[in-house]
Amino acid sequence: MLNVFWLLLKRDLLLALRRRSEIFTVLFFFLVVISLFPLGVGTEDKTLKQIAPGVVWIAALLASTLALDRLFSSDFSDGTLEQLALAPQSLSIMVLAKMVAHWLLTGLPLVLISPLVGLFYHLPNDSMVVMMLVLLIGTPILSMIGAIGAALTLGLRGGGVLVSLLVLPFYLPVMVYGSGAIASSMLEGLSLQPYFLLLGAFALLAIVFSPWATAAALKISLE
Amino acid sequence: MTLEVKNLQCIRGDRELFTDLSFQLEAKQLLMLEGKNGSGKTTLLRALCGLYEPDVGEILWHGKSIKKQDELYRRELFYLGHLNAIKPDLTVFENLRFNTQLAGGLETDDALMQALDAIGLFAFEDFPASQLSQGQKRRVALARLLLTKATLWVLDEPFVALDAAAVVLLQSIIADHVDKGGMVILTTHQEVSLIKGEVKRLSLTALTENRESLNA
Repeated sequence: MLNVFWLLLKRDLLLALRRRSEIFTVLFFFLVVISLFPLGVGTEDKTLKQIAPGVVWIAALLASTLALDRLFSSDFSDGTLEQLALAPQSLSIMVLAKMVAHWLLTGLPLVLISPLVGLFYHLPNDSMVVMMLVLLIGTPILSMIGAIGAALTLGLRGGGVLVSLLVLPFYLPVMVYGSGAIASSMLEGLSLQPYFLLLGAFALLAIVFSPWATAAALKISLE
Repeated sequence: MTLEVKNLQCIRGDRELFTDLSFQLEAKQLLMLEGKNGSGKTTLLRALCGLYEPDVGEILWHGKSIKKQDELYRRELFYLGHLNAIKPDLTVFENLRFNTQLAGGLETDDALMQALDAIGLFAFEDFPASQLSQGQKRRVALARLLLTKATLWVLDEPFVALDAAAVVLLQSIIADHVDKGGMVILTTHQEVSLIKGEVKRLSLTALTENRESLNA
């Protein structure tokens, strides 16, 4: 069971390596959205600190939907998805591998580049650490929820736009608690524990249910 | 070893493709599925693989419904549809290795190379699949036939895009598998000559026409 997980993870990473532009599109999109806000809203220190938590999460949400429609569509159109469904292994495990690959390619780069955002927005050091942590817990959830949406819209015309409309509402809780944690970290004497616990709970829930739901949706799309 | 299809009915949209379809396939038998375009050949093959849920009827493998066997059945099944499952960004060798490992095969790299040589892709191992012709891509997909340990082969138009030499080669691979006690179901317009083993024929068009004349 683990073999097939590594097999698929390795293949997806190799494919992405051969087509690097797709990784950088997401990263640059994130950076562009982030840098648009100071230009539009103004560069006053107080304003920037106030909008930073929301801006980071909105940019992360949009950036992660950007690569979603590619998650299964190429495997679907070249017939690999049929072979995955017919392999004598659990489709959920393979789906989980694809989700992990998607996160490594689109979520992890955002986490790693987020200190730069902190500098843009004059965030204190503590808040930068909190921002990286909540992004680290939150972006995998985005990949996992997004995969369900991508599987449901597979093979539909205009699926790319549809998948954003479908999954963005489900991203809301992650955004609310993720940005809440960053905002609270800038105030004195507030505990951040509830935010981390809630985000952790969402992540666990997503790990348990999303591979199974995605696999079921893929089987419907293949019919 | 039997594959048994009982009273199968498939409906696509509001069009009835076939009704009350029953047949049985034993070891050392080859089933040629015939029928005009749109008669439901591909749908039937996909239903046999479990990719498509038939509206009525049952498919039994060793007397047990394939839905209840799931991974066990898929271990004994090899399916090749219209699509080759070839990634243009991977090399020929990487494609074959991924696809065999996915199906649970533990072949060594040497065995994979030999399969590629045998299927006529000698010296193409490190080519990106995007540079191959349509027929060569089909050959990469068919190289898996030489490595698979599956008993039941379900092939949808396997001869499409192949040149004359490859057609002969594939015919011999299929005949060999049947001779060794395997089962093959395929749709094609080519004849497959077997040394031993039995060729069955099933025409979906005839089924539909019979029913239409009965209704009239």
